[in-house]
Amino acid sequence: MSSQRAEQLGRYKNITGWMFVSPALVLMGIFMIYPILWSLWMSFQTGKGIRTKFGGFDNIVRLANDPIFIKALVNTMTFLAIQVPIMIFLALIMASLLNKSNLWARGWFRTAIFLPCVTSLVAYSILFKSMFAIDGVVNQSLMFIGIVDDPIGWLTDPFWAKTLIIISITWRWTGYNMIFYLSAMQNIDSSIYEAARIDGISAWRRMISLTIPMMKPVILFTTVTSTIGTLQLFDEVNILTLGGPSDSTLTLSLYIFNLTFKFMPSYGYAATVSYVIVLIVVILAYLQFRVSRERK
Amino acid sequence: MMKNLSLKLNFADFFTYVFLTFMAFLSIFPFIWMVIGATNNTTDIAKGKASFGDQFLINVAKFFEQVDVPLIFWNSSKITIISCFFTLGIASMAGYGFEVFRSKPRERLYTIVLLTLMIPFAALMIPLFISIAKVGLINTHAAIILPGLASAFIIFYFRQSTKAFPGELRDAAKVDGLKEWQIFIYIYLPVMKSTYAAAFIIVFMASWNNYLWPLIVLQSNELKTITLVISSLASAYYPDYGVVMVGTIMATLPTLAIFFLMQRQFVQGMLGAVK
Repeated sequence: MSSQRAEQLGRYKNITGWMFVSPALVLMGIFMIYPILWSLWMSFQTGKGIRTKFGGFDNIVRLANDPIFIKALVNTMTFLAIQVPIMIFLALIMASLLNKSNLWARGWFRTAIFLPCVTSLVAYSILFKSMFAIDGVVNQSLMFIGIVDDPIGWLTDPFWAKTLIIISITWRWTGYNMIFYLSAMQNIDSSIYEAARIDGISAWRRMISLTIPMMKPVILFTTVTSTIGTLQLFDEVNILTLGGPSDSTLTLSLYIFNLTFKFMPSYGYAATVSYVIVLIVVILAYLQFRVSRERK
Repeated sequence: MMKNLSLKLNFADFFTYVFLTFMAFLSIFPFIWMVIGATNNTTDIAKGKASFGDQFLINVAKFFEQVDVPLIFWNSSKITIISCFFTLGIASMAGYGFEVFRSKPRERLYTIVLLTLMIPFAALMIPLFISIAKVGLINTHAAIILPGLASAFIIFYFRQSTKAFPGELRDAAKVDGLKEWQIFIYIYLPVMKSTYAAAFIIVFMASWNNYLWPLIVLQSNELKTITLVISSLASAYYPDYGVVMVGTIMATLPTLAIFFLMQRQFVQGMLGAVK
């Protein structure tokens, strides 16, 4: 009797559980699972517009022979490899400086450095575009201080355009990552630092051999989110440079967008390019999983 | 020796303040530039004039002339408010459901929900675009709102926060004869207010600032959002930067206001993921 009741209760709980989760699951099925499987299928289709046919691995062969794709891939990986370490290093330094409780105007510094996160990617890209114009305020200031003699072609020179994208993303996201580090540092027991300080260990060594090892999970987390973000880089390049000059800032996302909505759409090939991003994300996430497993 | 030590400390402090002031300046400068820019004409902005001008009212007038400002604000607000309302509702129900009523199949589905966090939007946009076109929703606000409603991250955020929701409250409510949906609405919702506030900020920011997807599905000018409008003003061949700056200020004000009014929840929302 009682086991029957328990079973009844269990079934009731089960139905209620499904009621609570089903709206979300149905929507995820329609707008996530179905499209991602469809684009996998699409990546085996060739042809333009609506005239498509099964092409097997043709798209992958096309990838390997597509200089624009290679360029977009190299650009995206360059942004990743240079920007993410610089940003994380800067964020760590600022967090450790802001972690001193006796620091004057600490709240003001923290708010100021966090403020870029409040802007939309579009809004800040527009601001940067006007600031980094050839006669713009940045070049004027650099020439005034005497760092450069001639204005830098931030939007017209391939090297400087790449640099501008890196500067922009770093401006937008350093404060964001700093907040993560700051909150992690505040959870570290301060007596460990006291002991190290009394033992005469320098601030720099304390950072390297105490703070960073203890913050490994957070650093790993921010590295992976930054990486996934950079792999999807679109808004900034679409507004600042449109991928130019001569594709020097073209990213994978922008290339997919162009393939789908700018040129005569080749959905199948665009889907193949998008799966390159999926693949890189999965590999990186797997690596993160491995590293965090090793810790335990 | 003592004197030497304090001198060294002072140097370190000095360096800290110089560095932080410099960084704070770099962080704030684009905001100052935006405000200064709104008061200058486009030639002065392009020439890097970094002082206030007298063109502010002219720029505002031009902006209102070129753009149907109330309509554009209405579009952005409508999309954002509807997105926030339904996303919070659907995601909090799911987070609550996954955490309170556990079962094996649901745990498996939850793992899939978490895995979708890795899917980049670029891999979804082509099939989404084709499906939306097939059902005739291209160039509607529904096309922007629908795909964002089930957010894996917000579901995850609510499930994590629900772990702190006291089970005794549920038991007491059950003894009082409340039904499950009543417990959710009358007990869970008010208790989890701060979680809702933080999640609201995340969804608000994402929705208000959304660019790529609205760019794909919206065509008519009278449906466009403020983010789309300022980007198209700025990508004109000869953009009028004074006008663009006024637009950028207007697009940024709502998020700035939310940040300063709810700073604690704002930061909490950002940190939500690692708790």
